[in-house]
Amino acid sequence: GPLGERPLLEVRLGELHTWISTCSCSPQGLLGAVQRAWSGYCAKYIHVKQGGPAGISMLLAGYCLLSYGWNYQHFSKTSYFRNS
Amino acid sequence: VLHTTRPLHTTQQNLAPVPPLPEKGGEVRHGLIPEEFFQFLYPKTGVTGPYMLGTGLLLYLLSKEIYVVNHETAAAACILTVIVYGIKKFGANVAAFADKLNEEKVASALAMKNEAMQTLQTAIEEEKKEQWRAEGRSYLFDAKRNNIAMLLETNYRERLLTVYHEVKKRLDYQVAMQSLKRQKEQDHMIQWVERNVIQSITPQQQKESVAKCILDLKALSKSAHATV
Repeated sequence: GPLGERPLLEVRLGELHTWISTCSCSPQGLLGAVQRAWSGYCAKYIHVKQGGPAGISMLLAGYCLLSYGWNYQHFSKTSYFRNS
Repeated sequence: VLHTTRPLHTTQQNLAPVPPLPEKGGEVRHGLIPEEFFQFLYPKTGVTGPYMLGTGLLLYLLSKEIYVVNHETAAAACILTVIVYGIKKFGANVAAFADKLNEEKVASALAMKNEAMQTLQTAIEEEKKEQWRAEGRSYLFDAKRNNIAMLLETNYRERLLTVYHEVKKRLDYQVAMQSLKRQKEQDHMIQWVERNVIQSITPQQQKESVAKCILDLKALSKSAHATV
């Protein structure tokens, strides 16, 4: 289909630049994109008859990474192996 | 709350019946990384590509101290071990339990649906039977008409009988009255005649008649003596 309407996973690497330029950057557009991504994730991993640990474990892993990224300053300052 | 801005029933797709849930979720390897990632790297790097990428990334993070090893790392390692062990050991049981709960819910809903369908089916049968019964209403009305005609006839005849009896009673009364009157007149006349006759018998005549009777009796006794 046309470039502006394809989801992110079907966009080739070379066309990523143009794809980013076509997506809407208004609050409604971003909110819509976030909502679509969340509902897609739920429909694929959570709202199934026989889900496994994969559904929430990926969410928890993402949360761990995000919190590590937010507290990176703190980690690097209080490390045991500081070079100072 | 009705969203008045949403158009109703303008498209083919509608909300019911709801499509069933998919059987299995998306494939995830090692519980963390979706299968699409491995498929994405397979054409270029083969099977071991993502694992090499993961190892290289890990070493880079550790060596550059982008990932700092501290006490929380040990805690995370212990927690992860316990979690993985728990999932491996009790995962199947929990899944079976959840499946059983789901099965019960679905079975009860299905039973309700079947029961409702059965009820409606019996209602249809009953309705057809009632329709068949309603076809016989002409016979019913004929019987009722016959009954009413019978009642009318009976009533008419009873009243006829009553009329007859009443008329007969009145005529009998008249007849009885006339006969009584005639009898009374007759009696009165007889008594009157007798009274007058007895009154008209003067003492003279009585003596003469008594003497005559005695004479007759004597004559008769003489003739009787003679015959004896």
